[in-house]
Amino acid sequence: MLLRHTTKEVKERKALTINPAKTCQPIGAMYASLGLHGCLPHSHGSQGCCSYHRSTLTRHYKEPVMAGTSSFTEGASVFGGQSNLLQAFNNMFSIYDPDIIAVHTTCLSETIGDDVSQITQKAIADGKIPEGKHVINASTPSYVGSHVTGFANMCAAIARYFPEKQEFALDQVNILPGWVEPSDMREIKRMMSEMHVPFVMFPDTSGVMDAPQTGFHEFYPKGGTSIPDLKRSGSSSFTFALGKFSSESAGIELKKKCDVPFEVMDIPLGINSTDRFLMKVSEVTGCPVPESLADERGRVVDIITDMQQYLYGKRVALYGDPDILIPLTEFLVGLDMKPVYIVSGTPGKYFTDRMNEILGDSVPEAKVKNGPQADMFLMHQWIKEESVDLIMGNTYGKYIARDEDIPFVRMGFPILDRVGHSYFPMTGYAGAMRILEKMLNAIMDKIDREAPEEKFELVM
Amino acid sequence: MSYEKLNDYMMEKYPTKVYRKRKKGMTANDPEDIQELAVNVRTVPGIISQRGCTYAGCKGVVLGPTRDIINITHGPIGCGFYSWLTRRNQTRPETETAENFMTYCFSTDMQDKNIVFGGEELLKNAIQEAYDLFHPKAIAVFSTCPVGLIGDDVHAVAREMKAKFGDCNVFGFSCEGYKGVSQSAGHHIANNQIFKHVIGEDDSRSDSKYRINLLGEYNIGGDAFVLDELFEKCGIEIVATFSGNSSIDHFANAHTADLNLIMCHRSINYVAEMMEVKFGIPWTKVNFIGADASAKALRRVGEYYEDDELKARIEEVIAEEQAKVKAAVEKIRPNTEGKTAMLFVGGSRAHHYQELFKELGMISLAAGYEFGHRDDYEGRRVIPTIKVDADSRNIEELHIEKDPTRFSQELQDKKSELMEKGQEFSEYEGMMKEMDSGALVIDDLSHYEMEKLIEMYKPSVFCAGIKEKYAVQKMGIPLKQLHSYDYGGPYAGFVGAINFYKDIERMVNTKMWDFIEAPWDKQKAMNASYVKAV
Repeated sequence: MLLRHTTKEVKERKALTINPAKTCQPIGAMYASLGLHGCLPHSHGSQGCCSYHRSTLTRHYKEPVMAGTSSFTEGASVFGGQSNLLQAFNNMFSIYDPDIIAVHTTCLSETIGDDVSQITQKAIADGKIPEGKHVINASTPSYVGSHVTGFANMCAAIARYFPEKQEFALDQVNILPGWVEPSDMREIKRMMSEMHVPFVMFPDTSGVMDAPQTGFHEFYPKGGTSIPDLKRSGSSSFTFALGKFSSESAGIELKKKCDVPFEVMDIPLGINSTDRFLMKVSEVTGCPVPESLADERGRVVDIITDMQQYLYGKRVALYGDPDILIPLTEFLVGLDMKPVYIVSGTPGKYFTDRMNEILGDSVPEAKVKNGPQADMFLMHQWIKEESVDLIMGNTYGKYIARDEDIPFVRMGFPILDRVGHSYFPMTGYAGAMRILEKMLNAIMDKIDREAPEEKFELVM
Repeated sequence: MSYEKLNDYMMEKYPTKVYRKRKKGMTANDPEDIQELAVNVRTVPGIISQRGCTYAGCKGVVLGPTRDIINITHGPIGCGFYSWLTRRNQTRPETETAENFMTYCFSTDMQDKNIVFGGEELLKNAIQEAYDLFHPKAIAVFSTCPVGLIGDDVHAVAREMKAKFGDCNVFGFSCEGYKGVSQSAGHHIANNQIFKHVIGEDDSRSDSKYRINLLGEYNIGGDAFVLDELFEKCGIEIVATFSGNSSIDHFANAHTADLNLIMCHRSINYVAEMMEVKFGIPWTKVNFIGADASAKALRRVGEYYEDDELKARIEEVIAEEQAKVKAAVEKIRPNTEGKTAMLFVGGSRAHHYQELFKELGMISLAAGYEFGHRDDYEGRRVIPTIKVDADSRNIEELHIEKDPTRFSQELQDKKSELMEKGQEFSEYEGMMKEMDSGALVIDDLSHYEMEKLIEMYKPSVFCAGIKEKYAVQKMGIPLKQLHSYDYGGPYAGFVGAINFYKDIERMVNTKMWDFIEAPWDKQKAMNASYVKAV
């Protein structure tokens, strides 16, 4: 057994986290920064942070992840990292020539109290930031929230810096996609195009974290939100902030800075939240939902009604990030499935409130926990107590899935051992189809694997 | 191109200060007249380095492969998360129920209130909970950056909990990420604490005739399994491997061995040195990467024991293994001969893997370490001349004395006697001595330098790590990861050499790269005979 020490008796823990269902803020900030065109993320801390974040993002995307670090030593930790950051600015602008440097902090620089805004102001005053170049910064202490918080904080930093309010509102909307894959951002953009709605999306990692092989390493790939688009976002008529945990703060900043009205919505994943999103887009813009999207929706519903017997009553364990888990749980409940165990390391009462609302009468037996010690060890203990038919979450779930012989669908961050997540979406109706296909394959592969020879079915 | 011009090209966009600093870390090799390099020095902020931190070197590299120690990261969640199962240290517990915590990640998940009010209580509770849940033999605590800054005394907490439990060894590591200039400081800290708290705790002794320790073998991709088998065939017992496929029980007993064989000099030479001073065990540098190097290493053990029976058995094993290697080389070498490689990784692999390329008839054009010291490049003879700077000074140097009862004068006498006969001990020649004249040696290669090197030389294969992998491959050059082996391996010993030959043959001969150019790019002039352009 791979997790041979996990037993079913749950003892309450107050201090020890085992097999976390979250990681720290800076990696989220780095991911968000990569969604701006010509942007070089910068980690203000010790080298290890940057190295770990680049490695994890690279393993997840199988793509280059370029980022700088302030390379703190003990001296910098005592005297402050100002001189390291100023040097880094000078070196990065000279060597790598980014349009934007997006600085995020770490637990190290936060604990010693480095003020990155003030250091940046000094760099600008001293003429260390070349004309026309931009430095943005987000405070992302690793000891608060989770990687999702870091993503949200960087999105808020972008929203604080770039948007400009013109005299007249533009006939366009802003989409803050939340922490989803480049494939999902591409899919949301496609839906907007199908609806003929002009929009600005930020961050947008499509074309960055799924860059084509050209025989040339584009240090700044084609994708990412452009600076002019970021500026124009201040004059948009509305902002869709998708995912309360990853996008709300950016929505608030945009409202504050440029008075763009916004609504926080679920990430469109599964049927219900995609329906709501498209309806709202339609309501705000006056653009009707086109037949092409209606047909896609119909195809998803068709799969569901065709395959209902394989989905009905299936017990599912989920772990990962709240903005994905909320619409996913809603989708599964709608499929007559039973999401019985749900954990997320990301704290926030909104998560349990929403989950209770969604699970309510449908799955009264569901156990939901988020925040401290809401980890995969706890989820595994619940599974040991009473098993499930399916596990959905990031790659770390494969150890539980193998030990307990439970079908497993990879979803969320990070996925270190398979490809596809950067290319095929989970969002929109197209994504709902993919989730369905993956779940059905996993469940039906197990049926095939375990069926006695005489009950091995050709047609299913 | 002259070396000077090459420098200018490689560092074309560097500000003057950076240019000057980086220039001191690189040279065109002359094995007859080894140049001094400025290495193990601070990375320039903003330069995009391969390097990681002290925590990574300590918790990730040296202690990562230990299966029966509960390794708790004391800090915010990230550090524990990123070092969770990502280094491919394989391990094989003795039985189906024997302890194995490698698949688990333990963290105190420090929150802001702990940063403000201190994290010692949190740590105590976490250790207690780990003990109550799992009753392990040992619990180790690893400090992350904020722990050092807020002044948590992890060692005091460890002592207190150890005394409280009575049947569980608890010890801490002050391996905050900001210490030192790279992972290397973390190796040193790991060595110190393992030496202080574990080695020498168990004096029991098996009755095998030949008993050695293998140091600096981390069982990536199963390398240590290959070596275990090889030594077993020769009739030699490995008392402890530091730290691939290891148990803390092996570490505790390691001081009873006759000889320490060092593979990765950088990460573990401290333990070897301290064991010699305290217990009298001599050490010698070996290398099991490369078939010829492996044969040489095995023979070295035979010579040490001066035992004809052992020597004969070793020769038999070598002959048997080399026959397979020879067959593989004959088949593969025509496909690799004359091709070129570059190696930028670690503190020993960039050196050792050149052996394998040599066996394939390939040329190592350039190499450098990510976190090496001058002795890893220039050889141990330069150690007395290494200037100890502020970043090295803050890493504790343990003061070790002879153990009054367990020091083996016998082994030391044997060493002196063998040295008179010309055998080498406590010596490492370094990378540069074995590299071709004119080959480039570059320490702590930056991303920018890497791209320039590749543009200029277009090597057949580039060896580095995950952060470099896809950038290099986007340039049309295959990259072999020498940290994770690209999830392949093992590459150690004879079996491993054959695996490596096959992987490199596959990588340098694939036609896949031809897909990059689309047909419409190859054939620009189209004859539009059916549809005329308007």
